[in-house]
Amino acid sequence: MEHAHSFSVVFRGNTPSLWLSMSIVTVQLGQCGNQIGFEVFDALLSDSHSSQGLCSKRENEAYQASCKERFFSEEENGVPIARAVLVDMEPKVINQTLSKAAQSGQWKYGQHACFCQKQGSGNNWAYGYSVHGPRHEESIMSLIRKEVEKCDSFSGFFIIMSMAGGTGSGLGAFVTQNLQDQYPNSLKMNHIIWPYGTGEVIVQNYNSILTLSHLYRSSDALLVHENDAVHKICAKLMNIKQISFSDINQVLAHQLGSVFQPTYSAESSFHYRRNPLGDLMEHLVPHPEFKMLSVRNIPHMSENSLAYSTFTWAGLLKHLRQMLISNAKMEEEVGSDCVAQASLELLVSSDPSTSASQSAGITGIDWHVRPPLSGLPPLGKMSLNKDLHFNTSVANLVILRGKDVQSADVEGFKDPALYTSWLKPVNAFNVWKTQRAFSKYEKSAVLVSNSQFLVKPLDTIVGKAWNMFASKAYIHQYTKFGIEEEDFLDSFTSLEQVVASYCNL
Amino acid sequence: MTQSVVVQVGQCGNQIGCCFWDLALREHAAVNQKGIYDEAISSFFRNVDTRVVGDGGSISKGKICSLKARAVLIDMEEGVVNEILQGPLRDVFDTKQLITDISGSGNNWAVGHKVFGSLYQDQILEKLRKSAEHCDCLQCFFIIHSMGGGTGSGLGTFLLKVLEDEFPEVYRFVTSIYPSGEDDVITSPYNSMLAMKELNEHADCVLPIDNQSLFDIISKIDLMVNSGKLGTTVKPNSLVTSSSGTLKKRHKKPFDAMNNIVANLLLNLTSSARFEGSLNMDLNEISMNLVPFPQLHYLVSSLTPLYTLTDVNIPPRRLDQMFSDAFSKDHQLLQADPKHSLYLACALMVRGNVQISDLRRNIERLKPSLQFVSWNQEGWKTSLCSVPPVGHSHSLLALANNTCVKPTFMELKERFMRLYKKKAHLHHYLQVEGVEKSCFTEAVSSLSALIQEYDQLDTTKNMPNLELRKYISRFSAVSLTYTRCNPQHLPFK
Repeated sequence: MEHAHSFSVVFRGNTPSLWLSMSIVTVQLGQCGNQIGFEVFDALLSDSHSSQGLCSKRENEAYQASCKERFFSEEENGVPIARAVLVDMEPKVINQTLSKAAQSGQWKYGQHACFCQKQGSGNNWAYGYSVHGPRHEESIMSLIRKEVEKCDSFSGFFIIMSMAGGTGSGLGAFVTQNLQDQYPNSLKMNHIIWPYGTGEVIVQNYNSILTLSHLYRSSDALLVHENDAVHKICAKLMNIKQISFSDINQVLAHQLGSVFQPTYSAESSFHYRRNPLGDLMEHLVPHPEFKMLSVRNIPHMSENSLAYSTFTWAGLLKHLRQMLISNAKMEEEVGSDCVAQASLELLVSSDPSTSASQSAGITGIDWHVRPPLSGLPPLGKMSLNKDLHFNTSVANLVILRGKDVQSADVEGFKDPALYTSWLKPVNAFNVWKTQRAFSKYEKSAVLVSNSQFLVKPLDTIVGKAWNMFASKAYIHQYTKFGIEEEDFLDSFTSLEQVVASYCNL
Repeated sequence: MTQSVVVQVGQCGNQIGCCFWDLALREHAAVNQKGIYDEAISSFFRNVDTRVVGDGGSISKGKICSLKARAVLIDMEEGVVNEILQGPLRDVFDTKQLITDISGSGNNWAVGHKVFGSLYQDQILEKLRKSAEHCDCLQCFFIIHSMGGGTGSGLGTFLLKVLEDEFPEVYRFVTSIYPSGEDDVITSPYNSMLAMKELNEHADCVLPIDNQSLFDIISKIDLMVNSGKLGTTVKPNSLVTSSSGTLKKRHKKPFDAMNNIVANLLLNLTSSARFEGSLNMDLNEISMNLVPFPQLHYLVSSLTPLYTLTDVNIPPRRLDQMFSDAFSKDHQLLQADPKHSLYLACALMVRGNVQISDLRRNIERLKPSLQFVSWNQEGWKTSLCSVPPVGHSHSLLALANNTCVKPTFMELKERFMRLYKKKAHLHHYLQVEGVEKSCFTEAVSSLSALIQEYDQLDTTKNMPNLELRKYISRFSAVSLTYTRCNPQHLPFK
């Protein structure tokens, strides 16, 4: 990974283009991807223009310049153009997205940045992957290439998609694979929307397992947002009565913004980090078997409530740590008895012959022989964490933004008990502190975590998909387009492996 | 955006079709104030410059010149079609898209299917191809017909095979009117049975509807409208049975109210594909989500609300009431009770000012009282379309793939057997060339097999997961080499 800080000591003052951030190209896929993408760019730019940065003018300007370079390309008539490629198999959503952006007056999408067809993927992963993918490969890749070429310095891809539908999921998997082939040295982070547990789409579990298993091979990191969790934030923290997808997407965009907006590195407080994706990957994905990342962001509340609230870093960080330990999705879920809540049905077996995951209570495919993954301890050897019933992490990144940020004490996150035994906290934990406040929050703390957070949702989806698969329901819809039962079985196998790996932490 | 073509066959099919086009125009007129020919309108209408002679008149953008329905009208009698062509909708139909005869099918499926089928096959093919050529991206054929007569039933189902062969990638959605118990066509059981086999084999999706249900809904509405309760006046154009202004009162035919319900069904079915919304649902998603096995493609529909009250002070629990109503047997367009049968899948298509939280709240609320098949416990497909129907602020169309269709099929079989055992009227069928006894026996097997599928599913109600595998193993083509245990305990809640 590139590091800019070796230069920062020598060159100070103005920010020549060398100092500006490397750029990220966003690929928005399907209805969900496009609706979210719009909110993300909107949130990034709004924050960047915000007058409540609580820092010096020069600081603010550097922040703005960095944000702009990262996500937008040169102004055309003064209007920034999002570095994005919009892909959908039917036109309604893209048309809406384009016009909403243009209406904002603050930014817009490139005129020729869209790829659209007339007929959607029908919620069919196989159709998105096997039909739309190959058919439109050239056009889509060509659009992406043009966008990449516009970047002076390219950091990587941010691909926004849902798992439940047909385009985002199937075509998304196909495009990611193509990016892997055509840009083997560039980073790819997929932002995946986990559907509501109670159906949005009946075949969502099939589409999800096919997507996840494919992405695990071709993507570098999977940043997950669960609709259920974000919905709760809207309901309980934001007090929104009639929650729309717009509301949900805005909360999501806020969380992503707080991760992706420019930050200082620990080493150099003079300039913003240059390589957002590279830095995230480096800190959060130390081993390719562990790619699932989740985001927690506090505080998060309605504007009315915000006016009456004050926070201390100590308070925020304590809360965040508790959320990490107890696998809470949002602040309110952390009660005073959080440890009791998190205390497990986990029965630790001291018998090394039983497979780790069975003792952990997650029963997967009945493997009798399973080779240990390279770099990891052989199966059967328990880590101490099991006794403590913690949510065990592979890596954590805390990003702090706002007033008096240097005084924030993050020692609590360096506790070895939080991490798997084969990593030392000094390697597994990182913190980025930035003076410039984010989006009206005087202080905000974000946790990006590679931990067991997503094990249960993943296991649930795999279970439901398996349940349906056992009865062969809907399979004919997939085999029609070349996705056979073997492909399903492969997906089950891969994901069982992922679940097991995480359980063994 | 895709286009759909409506193929209306027989007297019933054409009458319903006529109502459909009337309401479609009304809907688009209400939404499209500027008179611009946009993609939403193009899903069902062509924009034609009538000054141009021949085929060159199509205009793809800009102001609306003259709208022509993407329809093919087929009837073996001239009465109904002629009336349409002389009525207020005459300019909406392209006279080249009609196929008529004079003698009628005599309420005989065999005449409709075999005689007229072979006689008009080429013409039918030609008209269908023409209508497809006018489409940029044809997604779906909507066939409207009745099951009990001769033309709609026989020729209507003959069409299905033609469509399957000629346009294999285009969906075939069939709206079928099933005969009620007191149907006055004696041979309707024969016609329906023979048609069922075709529907089983060549339709992607069938929406069965019966006259009795439509009639009951109308009675309900009349009761409401005429009840004269203080403060509850109904908005006239909001009635699910109302027409737009184009069909003047004195032309109102006896079945208009009932036909309008079906017309509204089709409009709501396609609304999320035509108009924008926060969670779109295209027509190809209906089949994908609601048809778990190819043979089980019969969907029971319900439409709510049936009317809007003009009193705007009605409290918001009206919204939740709409969801509850969708599951009551009084609102189904078929004599069926989905609440007390087994759901294989359910789709909720919402229009208007309804958000995801409203949808979720109601699903959570209603789920406990509904039974879903074990492998699809959360079998909900949902959509949110921003544009409400005319006269409403919101509406809901529920499509259920539910074993509650079984009684309809069983009754059909019973009525058929009563006639068939006595060989009553059989000779009318057997004397048609190409019809033999085997046609009947095959049709009966086909229906019996279908009924048996539903039976087997019904027995799985309330059964725990593990025992289920014995029943569902017959579906599996590949022997399962993996076993997966039920997850019992997971580290975190």
